[in-house]
Amino acid sequence: MAVVTGVPPVVETNRVIAPGQTAGMLDDVVNTPVLVGPQRTPTWWWIGFGITLSLLGLYLVSIVHLITTGVGIFGNNQPVSWAMPIINFVWWIGIGHAGTLISAALLLFRQPWRTSINRFAEAMTIFAVVCAGLYPILHIGRPWVFYWLMPYPNTHGMFPNFRSALTWDVFAISTYATVSLLFWFIGLIPDLATLRDSAKSRFQKLLYGALALGWNGSAKAWQRYMRAYLLLAALSFPLVLSVHSTIALDFAISQVPGWNNTVMPPYFVAGAVFAGFAMVLLLAIPLRRAFGFEHLITLRHLDNAAKLMLATGMIVVYGYVVELFYAWYSGVEFEKFMAYNRVLGADHWWAFWALIACNLLAIQPLWFRRVRQTPWALFLISIFVSIGMWLERFVIVVVSLTKDFLPSSWGNYVPTFWDWALFVGSFGLFGTLFLLFLRLLPAIATTEMKELAHHDAHHGPDAYESIREAYYRGEVRA
Amino acid sequence: MPQIFPPNANAFVRWALIGGGLFVGLLAVALPIYARTVNNAVGVPVAQPVDFPHNLHTAQLGIDCRFCHTSVEVAASANVPATETCMGCHSQIRVGDPMLAGVAASWDSGLPLEWNRVHDMADYVYFDHSAHINNGVGCSTCHGRVDQMTEIWKEEPLTMGWCLECHRAPERFVRPRSEVFNMAYVPPADQLTLGAELVATYHIDSDALPQCSTCHR
Repeated sequence: MAVVTGVPPVVETNRVIAPGQTAGMLDDVVNTPVLVGPQRTPTWWWIGFGITLSLLGLYLVSIVHLITTGVGIFGNNQPVSWAMPIINFVWWIGIGHAGTLISAALLLFRQPWRTSINRFAEAMTIFAVVCAGLYPILHIGRPWVFYWLMPYPNTHGMFPNFRSALTWDVFAISTYATVSLLFWFIGLIPDLATLRDSAKSRFQKLLYGALALGWNGSAKAWQRYMRAYLLLAALSFPLVLSVHSTIALDFAISQVPGWNNTVMPPYFVAGAVFAGFAMVLLLAIPLRRAFGFEHLITLRHLDNAAKLMLATGMIVVYGYVVELFYAWYSGVEFEKFMAYNRVLGADHWWAFWALIACNLLAIQPLWFRRVRQTPWALFLISIFVSIGMWLERFVIVVVSLTKDFLPSSWGNYVPTFWDWALFVGSFGLFGTLFLLFLRLLPAIATTEMKELAHHDAHHGPDAYESIREAYYRGEVRA
Repeated sequence: MPQIFPPNANAFVRWALIGGGLFVGLLAVALPIYARTVNNAVGVPVAQPVDFPHNLHTAQLGIDCRFCHTSVEVAASANVPATETCMGCHSQIRVGDPMLAGVAASWDSGLPLEWNRVHDMADYVYFDHSAHINNGVGCSTCHGRVDQMTEIWKEEPLTMGWCLECHRAPERFVRPRSEVFNMAYVPPADQLTLGAELVATYHIDSDALPQCSTCHR
């Protein structure tokens, strides 16, 4: 069979993969941009890298200032001791969940549309977990002794309190980071071997050769690989539900009105997947354009992600309704006041209504197929959702804490310059890592895509079409 | 194409994995051993600008701890004496002794002696000498037999685990207030009974003692 090379024409289709893809074409479009020399790095990459690197600089300056000066540089103080560091932590960790859902859950459910988006979604998960995990560490005030969070033999005469959800958090996040990284790396191995085999420079040969772990593509290697991959998928899948449930318990097992609520874990998980799919779309839409991946990340992918965003978004809205219902149904005056203060309170009523605008109203156009298949509209809605989910955590964390039980202890919270600098800077960390990933590793799982393309060619709608034609021409017998 | 990786590259990775496993195992053994044996320089004399033999001044000459450590009963810090306190005696006794050259120089220049700290608590620990002295914790419980030391050193490791040995069960160490400055005090055989009585008498709140905010404020 002749190897077809060259970048295929851009075709917008509603299928999981545009028709007529071959292994050679996939290598050309996905692996070639990774293997070109530094001088052929595209301009958009350099511009993006310059921006994210500057933001990363801001992030590092903020951290140095934090460590040399102390947590007093933030606006948090009693009664709002959990403010932007925790909001940002929950926001970032939530974003990661869509990546795990795509990579693990959709693999186990045998959804073919996962294949072209799982690689970068998993990368997004890992980088989001990195951004998230740093916040609690920076928030503890003495980041250099963060290892005190772990149970280890020490001279303090102390051990972490296993009845505290904050301790569960440490394990949830570290497990999540480890499993996500392993799953991502295992998935990369055959692709790294492909890159190793077509590498040109010595640096590339060494880098991809070492990372490919001596992959030889034998049947035995494949069998073991598939088994390990499925096992890790089965390990990752429960994490989609458990990690954010644990984070929700940080709030739910406390007594603060607005936190102490049984709906928190499922509603947090839905919110995480909701925000995560918004981020997947925010990354996928420019990505498919920049790399010319329109035939691999098709409108079908955008459509499906938008459907999941709509579904989880409506679960989240149900959560808002239930929170207000509980406040009334409980008959507890503190809960009732919390609900009033959240919706109509003088200080932060705007946050609640902005949240409703972003998370309820902005996603309603997604009921229409036309909107779900219009990239710019999806991009815009995803921005609204990201802002909305940040506001949701702001409302839960800050508004609940400003006015709880005792009016004499009420207070307010105003973020400082450094609160914002550390938040904006974290985008620099995420963006820098993501751009390095795009430059050094294949953004699409080529091995699995080849499998999909092969399957599509032989069992897809076109295959049946050509077999039928061949049958009528008398070349094939039934 | 020439080979980039030598034939033993796979063995290298395998050994690296085994080495990593061994390292984790070693850590699991070493950390508990370290935690049990770390002594924070207990028993190591700390050099001082002027040799001050505590044994000579206290046990032999009979000077009370509070003669120099003036604020130990009323303040968080026990106080290290000013040069003037030394000169109260040494303007008359052993004037011109080379051992006292540092004290004389300080007196002439007006610059205080810079003693080296022996018991250095972490800055996030709120420690109050007066609270301990007034509730029946003797000097020697934490500082050892300073009255027998020619040079000064730490007798106890001052780790948080060590603090908690008493904060979790104060009846094991509390003595009558009258015995606090008695360096030779030996706990009686029925220390636990006596201790429990003293804890009640002195209104020591055993529930509050091990709480975080008792020491970390």
